[in-house]
Amino acid sequence: MIAANRAAIVGIGESAIGKIEDRSALQLHSDAVHAALADAGLTLNDIDGLITNPVRVEAWNMPCGVVSSYLGIRPSYLLTLDLAGASGAAMVHHAAMAIAAGQCKTVLCVGGQNLLSNKLRAHAVKQMAESGAAHPQFEAPYGPLVASNYALIARRHMHEYGTTPEQMAEVAVTIRKHASLNPNAHKRSLITVDDVMKSPMITSPLKRYDCALVSDGACAAIITSADRARDLKQKPVYLLGQGYGLSHSYVGEYLNLTTSGAVDSGRKAFEMSGLKHSDIDVAELYDCFTITVIIELEDLGFCKKGEGGAFVQGGRIGLDGELPLTTHGGLLSAGHFGLSAGFLHVLEAVRQIRGSAGERQVKDVKTALVHGNGGTIAIHCTLILGGADAA
Amino acid sequence: MAIERIFPSPNPGTAPYWKAARQHQLSLPKCQACGKFHSYPRSQCPFCSSDKLEWTNCSGAGTIFSYTEVFRAPSKAFAADLPYIVAIVELKEGPHLMTRLVTNDNASVRIGQPVTVAFDDMDEETSLPVFKASQT
Repeated sequence: MIAANRAAIVGIGESAIGKIEDRSALQLHSDAVHAALADAGLTLNDIDGLITNPVRVEAWNMPCGVVSSYLGIRPSYLLTLDLAGASGAAMVHHAAMAIAAGQCKTVLCVGGQNLLSNKLRAHAVKQMAESGAAHPQFEAPYGPLVASNYALIARRHMHEYGTTPEQMAEVAVTIRKHASLNPNAHKRSLITVDDVMKSPMITSPLKRYDCALVSDGACAAIITSADRARDLKQKPVYLLGQGYGLSHSYVGEYLNLTTSGAVDSGRKAFEMSGLKHSDIDVAELYDCFTITVIIELEDLGFCKKGEGGAFVQGGRIGLDGELPLTTHGGLLSAGHFGLSAGFLHVLEAVRQIRGSAGERQVKDVKTALVHGNGGTIAIHCTLILGGADAA
Repeated sequence: MAIERIFPSPNPGTAPYWKAARQHQLSLPKCQACGKFHSYPRSQCPFCSSDKLEWTNCSGAGTIFSYTEVFRAPSKAFAADLPYIVAIVELKEGPHLMTRLVTNDNASVRIGQPVTVAFDDMDEETSLPVFKASQT
């Protein structure tokens, strides 16, 4: 029995994703919003809450205000949420809290940007490199890429647990296969483990195909109470549990490097939902780098610590596998347009639970785990979502 | 035209670190309550929350905790250095530091390798702590 005030996702929408040179960051937002409204059978007049994330390509003073004003709405609840890559997953929970508190009734969550095509991209990338992920004084002067921070983690994971580059490649190959079945994915051509292994070394041990894309795009979802969701067009998808976990801020000061705050976020989300790992039908895990997925599988408890590399082999994370993973193609292949790209994982969970994921639909999905990771495996948000038959 | 390197900008919380580095000393806050060093510098101990901290010189010795060989520069400031080793060093005193490993043999770098601090004099006011393989 779903409580009347439980949050339900009732509409989802994406802009075109990939290299979209003819749309501004705000136009991409608008495209995603209108797609989500159409999906929900609602109009902008029904929206009284708005949550968005910061963008890197343009200097927006107060992004939630900029986006609301562009859409021509005056919500009674506004939030610019920044938990880096965990922002997408966290938007769902913050919408749920605003609704439960009676602050608003129907929340629009939206984010994205033209990270690939915006002419200021060089500036955004430089800013990220010099101060985005790296400590401006104690790290940036040494010249780490964002990917280098993850490479340091991957190297240590290899050292402690014997994880191999081929196992990491398996993540990229599987997720690309899923993207090949997603008509809106940025990269859809199939790749092999050999292709990954032969792709250019970026920051050892991470190669080109171990790293997320840079894309243009935006995505949106509409969240309301279970009570209101009952009369709407789509089968509602409910938030059953969530959890957060933080282990550090900067990678250089984190004494562990191979165990993340996903241990806490996952445990809390499972406790709240009352579900077990074996109840989870699909896992939409944050995949900024291949090593991220391996660590998340371990820390969320889908396998023992150190066994993530072996877990991703043998088809276990494919669409017909034991735990179909990041079924839309993720940041590695569907698209990465900054903070909000982790929200694509939420949208995919909704599709899988509705049964509307087309060629990549996993059979009989009742529940999905969505995980967002921000910083360098620093901040984590886990969601457990399900249909009416999940709980 | 020379490409500007990325300089650290000390603030009141970190100035002693950079002042010591200019003197070619590696200095970090040591807690007078629990006895632990920490990095990066804070105004309270991250282990026991005490504010009884004293900047204390470290031995400069440590081991490689992890490393990566970088083949793509984050900005033009680093292009001339490619490929270079960014490492995390575990100091003998406990804390970690991100650093550059100065070596003419990138392929020889290993986790657990003993390293010693050295200083890169960026200009007359700023010296950047880097590490080199320890002489055995």
